[in-house]
Amino acid sequence: MSAVADRPRTNSSGWLRHLGLTVVSSAGAVAVALLLGALVILASGQDPVTAYRALLSGAFGDRRSIAETLVAAAPYVLGGLAFAVAFRAGLFNIGIEGQIVIGGLAAGLIGAADLGLPPVLFLPLALLVAALAGGLWGAIPGVLKSLSGAHEVITTIMLNYLAFRLLTYVLTKTESWLPVNPQLQATEPVQPAARLPILLERTRLHAGVIVAVLAALALWFLLYRTTWGYRLRTVGYSRGAAAFAGFSWGRVVTGAMFVSGVLGGLAGAGETLGLHGRQISAPQGYGFTAIAVGLVGRNHPIGVVLSGFLFGVLRSGATKMQNTAGTSKELVLVLQGVIILSVAAFASAGRLRAWWARRAQARQAPLGEATTIGVEPGSTPPV
Amino acid sequence: MGDFFTVELLTAVLRTATPLLFAALGGLLSERSGVMNIALEGFMLLGAFTAVAGTYYLHDPFLGLLCGALAAAAGAAIHAVWCISLRADQIVAGIALNLLGAGIPIFLMQRLWEQAGRTPSVEKLPMIASGVSILVPVAFLLVPVVWYLLERTKPGLRIQAAGEHPQAAESVGIRVSGYRYACVIASGVLAGIGGAFLSIGDLSLFTRDMTQGRGFIALAAVIFGNWNPLGTLAATLLFAGAQAFQVQAQAAGVGISADLLLALPYLLTLIAITGLVRHSRPPAGLGRHPTVD
Repeated sequence: MSAVADRPRTNSSGWLRHLGLTVVSSAGAVAVALLLGALVILASGQDPVTAYRALLSGAFGDRRSIAETLVAAAPYVLGGLAFAVAFRAGLFNIGIEGQIVIGGLAAGLIGAADLGLPPVLFLPLALLVAALAGGLWGAIPGVLKSLSGAHEVITTIMLNYLAFRLLTYVLTKTESWLPVNPQLQATEPVQPAARLPILLERTRLHAGVIVAVLAALALWFLLYRTTWGYRLRTVGYSRGAAAFAGFSWGRVVTGAMFVSGVLGGLAGAGETLGLHGRQISAPQGYGFTAIAVGLVGRNHPIGVVLSGFLFGVLRSGATKMQNTAGTSKELVLVLQGVIILSVAAFASAGRLRAWWARRAQARQAPLGEATTIGVEPGSTPPV
Repeated sequence: MGDFFTVELLTAVLRTATPLLFAALGGLLSERSGVMNIALEGFMLLGAFTAVAGTYYLHDPFLGLLCGALAAAAGAAIHAVWCISLRADQIVAGIALNLLGAGIPIFLMQRLWEQAGRTPSVEKLPMIASGVSILVPVAFLLVPVVWYLLERTKPGLRIQAAGEHPQAAESVGIRVSGYRYACVIASGVLAGIGGAFLSIGDLSLFTRDMTQGRGFIALAAVIFGNWNPLGTLAATLLFAGAQAFQVQAQAAGVGISADLLLALPYLLTLIAITGLVRHSRPPAGLGRHPTVD
C-alpha cells in the first residue's frame, strides 16, 4: 500500500520540502485531470473555457451556490477522513459507501422516532447512534482481518452490497415496527428536534458542515497527538512493528476501522439529518468519491478538508455546467477517475525513478555481485 | 412449488450466469497472473455501452460486440499500464477505472443521443432458443477452455508462475510483465463481452449503470471459487441461481425475502474469504512485482 503513503519524516527541514512536494503533486494531479477534461470537452465539440467558467460560477456565483458547494463538500470531507484514517493504519477501506448507508439509516430511524426529546438532547443522540452504527459496521472488516487475515478490500466491497440490501430490506418492509414508509422507500421524516439546523437562511447549508470540520480537527488530534494515533501510524508503516513494540496489531486495525466507520456514519447522518430530512433508499455514491478525496488530500485531515472542498466545487458546479454550457455533468465522474489515475502516477514516478537509479547502479556493479532478491517492502498483501 | 423448477427457471439461471461468467473468467485470468482486478464493473459498463454504440453506427450486432470488447480492452490496457509498468497501487487504479467506466458511457450517451438515461434500441445478437442468446453457450464453453489454458498449456503454467512467484518466474526467463499484460487485457475483453451480453444479448439498449454491481459479484465468484475455473463456474451458478430463484419467487408470491436471496453472493463470499468454511488460497504473488522496487 505504499503507492500514495508518504515516508516518515527524517529531519526537521525535511518536512517542509515534503509538504511542498505533497501539495505540488496533488495540485499537479488535479491540474492534469482538468487539462484532460478540457481536451475531452474540446473533442466533443464544445468550448472548455465556457464549460469551466460555468462550473466555477455554478460553485461560487452567488450566496446560494456557495452554500450548495459547502453542502456538497460535507459528506466528501467526512468520507475522505474515513478513508484517510484506515489508510494511515495501512488499510484500504472501499466500504465507506456502506458505512454512509448504515449511518444514514440509523440516523433516519432514530430521528424519525417520536422520542419527545428537546433538540439539545435529540440531535446529539441521533448523531451518536449514527456514529456508533457506522463504527460497528466499519469495524467488521477490521475484526475479520485481525482474526483470519481476510483482505479488507474484498470484505468491504461485500459489506457495501450487504448494506444496500439491508437498506432496501428495512425501507421496503411493510408492516414494520420501524418508522419507515414502504411506498416512498424511505424512513418517515426526521423530527424537527433531530434535524441539523440550517446555518444560512434560504439555503440548504446545514450544520453538517461544522460536524465535518470538527471531525477533521478531532482526527488530526487523534492521529498526531495521542498514543492511539502513534500506534495506528506505526502499524501503517510496518505491520511487524506492532509485535516488536508489544502492542496488538489486530486491536489497532480494528480500532482504525471503527473510527473510519464512525466518520462514514457521520457522513450519512449529515445527509439524513441535514440535507434530506429522511433516509432515502438510493445510495448516492459519495463513498467512492471519498476515496479520491482521501488520496488527493494525501490522507492528512487538513489535506482532506481542502480536497473535499474541491470535490464539492466540482459537484455543485457540474449542474450549472450542464445547464448553461451543455457539457454533461458526468464529466465530473470522468474527472474523478483521471484525478485518481494521475495521483497514482505521480506517486509511482518517485519510486520508479529510485528503481531505475538502483538498476543502473546494479548494472555498473562488477559481475557476480549479489543483488537483493526478496519480497519487496511495502508491497500489497495478497487478496 | 411443483411447477417452480421449470425450464423457465433453468433458462433464467443460464441467462443470469452468462455475464457473471464472462467477467469472472476475465477476473480469474488477471488475478492468476498476479494483478488484482476490482475494475471488472467498469470494464463491463464500457463494453455494454460501446457494443450498443457500435451496433447503432455499424448496423451489425457482431461488429458492435467487437467494439464493446475492444473498448473494454482499452480500459483494461490502462489498468495494465498503471499496475504493471507504473507499479501504481492496483486497488487505486481499479477504483479509477470503475469511475471512468461509470462516467464515460453517460457522458458519451448525452453527447451522441442527448439523453442521459438510456440509448436508442438497436439490433440484438441472434438467439439460439427462446430467450437464450448465442453468447450463453459461449460463456459456458469458455470454462473448460480457460481451465485447459491455465492447467495444461505452457503459457498457462507461465501465467501461474507469474502469479505465484513473479521473481522466481522472472529468474528463469519468463517475461512476467508480458504475460500479465496479456491476462489483464484479456480480462477487459471478457468483461466487455459480459457487459455486451447485457446490452445487446439480453436487452437491446444501454441504460445507465446497467451492470448494477455484476462486476463485483463476478469478483466475488472468483474468490468464492478459490481462483479456479471450475470453482468459479460453480460459484457463478450458485449466485445466478439465487438471483433467478428470487425473481421467480417474487413472481409466484412465495414468502421469502428477496433481499436475503440477493444478499447471498456477498454473504457467502464474506464467509469464504474469512476461511470459515474452507481454506481460501489466492495466488501468492498477487499484487507483487517481479523485481524489488
